[in-house]
Amino acid sequence: MTSNQNLKNQFLVEATAHELHALLVNRQLSSVELTEAIFERIEKVEDKVKAFITLTKEEALKQARAADEKIKKRENLTPLTGIPIALKDNLCTKGILTTCASKILANYLPPYDATVVKKIKEAGAVIIGKTNLDEFAMGSSTENSSFHPTHNPWNLETVPGGSSGGSAAAVAAGECILALGSDTGGSIRQPASFCGVVGLKPTYGRVSRFGLVAFASSLDQIGPITKDVTDTALLMNIIGGYDPKDSTSVNLPLPDYRLALQNDVKGIKIGLITNLLGEGISSEVKEAIKSAAQTLANLGAEIIEVELPSFEYAVATYYLIAPAEASSNLARYDGVKYGHRAKGTKDLLSMYGETRREGFGPEVKRRIMLGTYALSAGYYDAYYLKAQKVRTLIKQDFEKAFEKCEVLISPTAPTPAFKLGEKVADPLSMYLSDIATIPVNLVGLPAISIPCGFSRGLPIGLQVIGKVFAEETILRVAFSYEQNTEWHTKRVSL
Amino acid sequence: MEIEVKKVAELARLSLSKEEAILFQKQLSAILDYAHKLQALDTTDVSPTSHTLPLKNVFREDQVIPFDCPEEIINNAPEAEDHMFKVPKILE
Repeated sequence: MTSNQNLKNQFLVEATAHELHALLVNRQLSSVELTEAIFERIEKVEDKVKAFITLTKEEALKQARAADEKIKKRENLTPLTGIPIALKDNLCTKGILTTCASKILANYLPPYDATVVKKIKEAGAVIIGKTNLDEFAMGSSTENSSFHPTHNPWNLETVPGGSSGGSAAAVAAGECILALGSDTGGSIRQPASFCGVVGLKPTYGRVSRFGLVAFASSLDQIGPITKDVTDTALLMNIIGGYDPKDSTSVNLPLPDYRLALQNDVKGIKIGLITNLLGEGISSEVKEAIKSAAQTLANLGAEIIEVELPSFEYAVATYYLIAPAEASSNLARYDGVKYGHRAKGTKDLLSMYGETRREGFGPEVKRRIMLGTYALSAGYYDAYYLKAQKVRTLIKQDFEKAFEKCEVLISPTAPTPAFKLGEKVADPLSMYLSDIATIPVNLVGLPAISIPCGFSRGLPIGLQVIGKVFAEETILRVAFSYEQNTEWHTKRVSL
Repeated sequence: MEIEVKKVAELARLSLSKEEAILFQKQLSAILDYAHKLQALDTTDVSPTSHTLPLKNVFREDQVIPFDCPEEIINNAPEAEDHMFKVPKILE
């Protein structure tokens, strides 16, 4: 290959979807060329990053040829036509392995597509593979994958975050242009923060969960992971909206999120969450967030300090509610209809017990146990019900804060990416790394993480939280910040 | 805080090795000790939130919609026979 071709491919894998779209529709680039550049990049860096569980090169090239055909005929073009996208491996893809990074689903071939997958296909995007995650999306580092850990492309000795660590790492490493993740307690935003990319958790109900393998049904939400805010808006335009197949999706008109991309925050009241700038938050993160607040103030936003004292109880609340819901959702893995079944067991009960012992990894077992305990007779009131009441207090805290301001900002994570292995032996310390993201899921709000700095070569993320269904406001604030800073233009060298 | 690991594992239909039982005893107790901090909050007149949206029951017509490839469902089964899931004997 000539060095010119190398340079071109480097440009292609580092570009955003909206930049590539312009080249595709002007026929300066074909989707096949782009998809081949992506797979060449994967071949080069995937050994180091290990972002994927399954790659679907053949199928991807077929989709790329179909996209090129559509572009040639100017048929049903969308901003995603011909753009390579990676999907978290807990999104059902018809006929393509969907493992949830669990041994219990290692051979599962879904007979249907998740609604978001269907929409992505209809939009003409090119699905290149399924990304690694913490088993059943339970974790904050992607080390709980039953197959292999993923490495942070900015520093291979650190974690990419989790649970959508594969998706975030793949976007950061140039192994795809766009990705989808899911977020139950921060699983899109925290890895986006650790990998220096943009990640949006939409309002609960904004995106259909049909075909997302359930973890905690009152908290789970699917969302984009991209290189900039514009790509996030474009992807939201495709995946958002009501779906009769998900009775918790909300029947509200879907706005055109591109219209929210305004470089203007004059007069917008932004609450800086002071209790997320105290103890437990590293000094480099505090500095980056304060400096981001200053940037927004310089652009004309009004920064108001707010305190949400109930956040202190959010992690405890979450680790009762989410495992309780998980213990119920994961009861379906019983070795009967799909997935792994233990061999040589003597009766039905031992078949269940052994199947689940062999099939689930330690974190999933821990959460099933914790949730079963919190729901069991004699403990229900003290744990599960109590947690649901505290959830109400957290909701009230947000409501009070939103009387004074339109959006809230905070760090996405207390520290930049930590080292692989650092927190594995101490689950509680791992749980506490989600302190800033968890309250948002408990209340169902939309929130985005965008790059806002670096410390010793590792990215730092700014979280912007909005009111229910106010994705447009957080996109506008995020876009304005992005247009006036350079962080989103940084790329890894691998 | 002590939790009866064996009983909880039974309720969860989860066989545990001895080592797992000992480890979970320790780890779950630490997590529950941490969760105990919720007891410090007065929630006497607070109603619980189970769901963030003000959704009531969502009803729809109970219609039969044919599924185009039932064999793809059966093919995922660990054991199947004649389009049926096969399970260990449950009645003598």
